Amino acid sequence: MIGDASGGSVTGASALDDRHSEDDRLPRTYLTRSAPDTGEVERRRWMFRHPVVIRLTHWVNAVCLLVLLMSGLQIFNAHPALYWGKVSTFDTPLMAMSSTEDDPPKGVTTVFGHGFDTTGWLGSSVGSNGEAADRGFPAWSTLPSDQDLTGGRSWHFFFAWAFVLNGLAYVLYGLVSGQLRFRVIPSRDQIRHFGTSVWEHLTLRFPQGDEAKRYNVIQKLTYLVVLFVLLPVQVLAGLAMSPAMDAAFPFLLTLFDGRQSARTVHFVVAALLVLFVIVHVALVLLSGFWNNMRGMLTGWFVIERKIEAAPVTGETRA
Amino acid sequence: MSRLPSRRALLTGASAMAAAAMLGGCDRLGNAEWFKRTLQTGEDANLFVQRLLLTDRTLAPEYAEADISPWFKPNGTEDPPDKAYKALAKAKFAKYHLEVDGLVEAPFKLSLADLRKLPARTQVTRHDCVEGWSAIGKWTGVPLADLLSRAKLKPEGRYVVFHCADTMDQGNALEGGGEGEETDEAPAGNANPSMTKQSGSGESRKDAGGQQASEDTAVSGGSPVRYYESIDLVDAFHPQTILAYDMNGQALPVSNGAPLRLRVERNLGYKQAKYVMRIEVVESFAHLGEGKGGYWEDQGYAWYAGI
Repeated sequence: MIGDASGGSVTGASALDDRHSEDDRLPRTYLTRSAPDTGEVERRRWMFRHPVVIRLTHWVNAVCLLVLLMSGLQIFNAHPALYWGKVSTFDTPLMAMSSTEDDPPKGVTTVFGHGFDTTGWLGSSVGSNGEAADRGFPAWSTLPSDQDLTGGRSWHFFFAWAFVLNGLAYVLYGLVSGQLRFRVIPSRDQIRHFGTSVWEHLTLRFPQGDEAKRYNVIQKLTYLVVLFVLLPVQVLAGLAMSPAMDAAFPFLLTLFDGRQSARTVHFVVAALLVLFVIVHVALVLLSGFWNNMRGMLTGWFVIERKIEAAPVTGETRA
Repeated sequence: MSRLPSRRALLTGASAMAAAAMLGGCDRLGNAEWFKRTLQTGEDANLFVQRLLLTDRTLAPEYAEADISPWFKPNGTEDPPDKAYKALAKAKFAKYHLEVDGLVEAPFKLSLADLRKLPARTQVTRHDCVEGWSAIGKWTGVPLADLLSRAKLKPEGRYVVFHCADTMDQGNALEGGGEGEETDEAPAGNANPSMTKQSGSGESRKDAGGQQASEDTAVSGGSPVRYYESIDLVDAFHPQTILAYDMNGQALPVSNGAPLRLRVERNLGYKQAKYVMRIEVVESFAHLGEGKGGYWEDQGYAWYAGI
């Protein structure tokens, strides 16, 4: 029902089609408009992949996540240690960064009681003035670069609001247009060929032809987890650190097993999001950088026609 | 093929330079007044939304006695360097008086013994430092609402200001003290070593150690800058807002703010003023300190500390 409102008939119908398409029909996609198919001889086909709202929210989101990460590291640096539970158990942190009394000081990172020498990176690193400073994360990774908790908080809260409003706009648009469902919910045939998709992905064989019009099952599941697990958990864990929010919504503390656990979860989820972005950017580079960039900047994406002799890809539609 | 590494090096170099330029640009942007004001809207939104979500009587979570932290980390000033305070402490605060004045019909003074005779509230609550750590303590004290009702606020009174005994910025002129477990390297009179100052050039945005003392003394014309804080009437009349004289069932230790400290439980640690000497009701805090409503607020921290 929601999908039908999109105006793109293909968009609205295809999920339903997929549900009972056991045959060898080509999988439908969220494709909303495309240049007319001129037939067999054509090798490349233009596809309008990303509507303007998706493109806009994507880039706003990218900026927000970068600023939130770097200002978050600045805030973390004010007390570079993590704990589990309601309060800080200062003698037994899960993880802590510190510097030694040596000259020059060494940076030490302790994780579950095991110390690692992380001089130059964590615990002690050279700042913009060329001198070694006691700090969790190095100056180049934080915003502002100098030690400045209140500056970090200002950046963090402003971009947290921008991130949340942008995310709501994306989800709302995605639901109403049907884009979200076609982007992140795997179709039945995709789930059935999950193993094959994993193998293709690992061997960096990217789908071609019609299969390239939709996201593959791993992409969909990854986006699903990022959108509806990691990002909401990240926001909730952030809110759980606010004493006023804990008064308004005490379940936040129950959810995370205490404020210090929430802070640890916030840190770990941030790390997972960094991992996601690294893989995302790597795959963008490997699967045709300019095509992907054009897609996310102008909306237009080129589908290379399927090369018939690719047996693995063929199997996915067996 | 032989050109590939150089192209890669070029690309790496270019992106490193772009990243450095971006970082520098962000730092410059972060120092521009108009941009600071823009970023500030985020924290204004925090206040606006949290005030919508919380009623005047929504309580902060309270904990069981078993949850009390074995060590309640003292932060900021841990031993006020001021001679007048030291004299009071030496006499176990027998000569201490809390003053309540400003925009009130009936200003008064109360000794610590008198305060202890008033109806008290005990609460086990979590203290959240802006730096990120938390500790749970049990506090017993007089509800601020009772004191304010006794003083009878004038209608124009909008904020309650807490004037404290501890000098923050005048470090080197004063003899030692303020040296606790976490701050043994910092000079006397320093504030919280991990909290940092925002105002001024990049040079001054370091740990809030003694070196800012001269700077701030210059600004304030040589008189010592003592800790102060302010809250609005929503927080002032909140049932959990108390002036605590006991911590964990015993008289408040000096490191945690003896003889009297504020607990305003839906806020971060820097709002919980220690060594409270005087409570002043004001219409505006613009004339106090640098006009931002508190010692840390004057260094750039948000006045509203609910998050």
